[in-house]
Amino acid sequence: MSFFASLRRLDRRWIFLAIGLLVVVPLLTGFHIAPVLPSARARGFYDAIEKLPAGSTVVLAGDYDPGTIAENYPMHLAATRHLMARKIKIIAVELYPGGPPLADRVLHLAGAEFDRKEGVDYVNLGYKSGNEAVMSQMGSSIPVTFPTDRSGTPVSRIPVMKGVENFSQIKLLVSISAGYPGTKEWVQQVVSRYHVPMVAGVTAVSAPEYYPYLQAGQLQGLLGGMAGAAEYETLVKAPGLATRGMDAQSLAHVFIALMILLGNLATLPQRSSGGKA
Amino acid sequence: MKREVPLIISMAAGIFVLVGFFVPHPLVRTGYDKIQQWVIIVVAFTYVLGMANLLRLNGEQIQRRAKDWPYKIALVIACIATMAVGFSEGTHYLDDGTKFSWIYNNLYSAMSATMFSLLAFFIASAAFRAFRVRSVEALLLAIAAFILMLGRVPIGNMIHPLLPQAADWLMEIPQNAAKRGILMGAALGVMATGFRIILGIERTYGSEGG
Repeated sequence: MSFFASLRRLDRRWIFLAIGLLVVVPLLTGFHIAPVLPSARARGFYDAIEKLPAGSTVVLAGDYDPGTIAENYPMHLAATRHLMARKIKIIAVELYPGGPPLADRVLHLAGAEFDRKEGVDYVNLGYKSGNEAVMSQMGSSIPVTFPTDRSGTPVSRIPVMKGVENFSQIKLLVSISAGYPGTKEWVQQVVSRYHVPMVAGVTAVSAPEYYPYLQAGQLQGLLGGMAGAAEYETLVKAPGLATRGMDAQSLAHVFIALMILLGNLATLPQRSSGGKA
Repeated sequence: MKREVPLIISMAAGIFVLVGFFVPHPLVRTGYDKIQQWVIIVVAFTYVLGMANLLRLNGEQIQRRAKDWPYKIALVIACIATMAVGFSEGTHYLDDGTKFSWIYNNLYSAMSATMFSLLAFFIASAAFRAFRVRSVEALLLAIAAFILMLGRVPIGNMIHPLLPQAADWLMEIPQNAAKRGILMGAALGVMATGFRIILGIERTYGSEGG
């Protein structure tokens, strides 16, 4: 049997095994292939947070759930760490029902690391159904939209919420988003109406959708997928989950490119002889 | 009356919300805010409706022993059990150490992440078995895919420093131009549909099954 014929008959389980090994081995061994170079998009995200004066208040929207944890969680954690390191107050909200525990996790982790107190330096207002209506309603009144935090404490008794009525008091909107409702809706409902500066961290597959907003200046920065998160981790000088994952992703991408090449090579003799590919 | 009343309500709400979006005057804003709050409540109720629909449809299929009915039993049991655990633990159902958070961390999170991770395997397999370069367009697509796949990860810069630059150019110029065109077209379509509903021309939402 020729090389091409045996390639055509390749059992796809070999491909599954190869991609599995290429992803798992770098994650377990921690071997390093290439340094992560930050893009202008990630730098925009970083600069927007760096420009905020200490004590400012931001809204951190964690609109994702465990389905996209590999991409969104590292950027969520890195952004929260950066905000807390800069002594910026965080009001976290989530428009995905599965989002609040992930937001709690990043807030508590970063809070413990930078000695920030829940209620004083940050609060998680939790999940609210209603999609765009919630965003729009927050423009009128955040306390009316979220009368209590996630554990049921009235916002009037939460120090970090003191003086926060609507987006007029918010210096930056940080959106970590997996799709709908998420970054696009925050731009449409909040940035265009209340002119709040905004940065976003999104899944790689959805990132192209936000380039027009980035070019138009409606987004100050954009992190696309795990690569974007790794670039941001490099900028904040805290390599974490995303940076570790980049070597696995690099190898997986090279392997997929190789698969496209091999797949076409395998059917080349058939196609050149006019046979069915 | 069955058709006219919903039509009038839609028209009135549509016009009011449209005006409210652009006019911040307190007279308009108060009513606009009220409507927004109603929307939030109505959306919350759609979850109850969705749940009832899921139980009804799957219940019927289990009774009929339709295709894959054992999976539907698993779905219904998992759904009811998760809800029962959540309700039994009250408003603190997601706090650390609760049974619901155990379900969230050990079942829901793991299964959701698994579904997403499977993509890597299927994309690799599909790349080998289905991505055939049979035309100029397919060749262009393959070249763009190569540049983007390699240019977007750190190894791309190691292969050649021009790869990340080429990937950025592809994303920022041709991709962005196409995406902007699609966005504008879709936005015009949404506006046209919105106006058709507000003016009562588009009535399919009020018809049987609509």
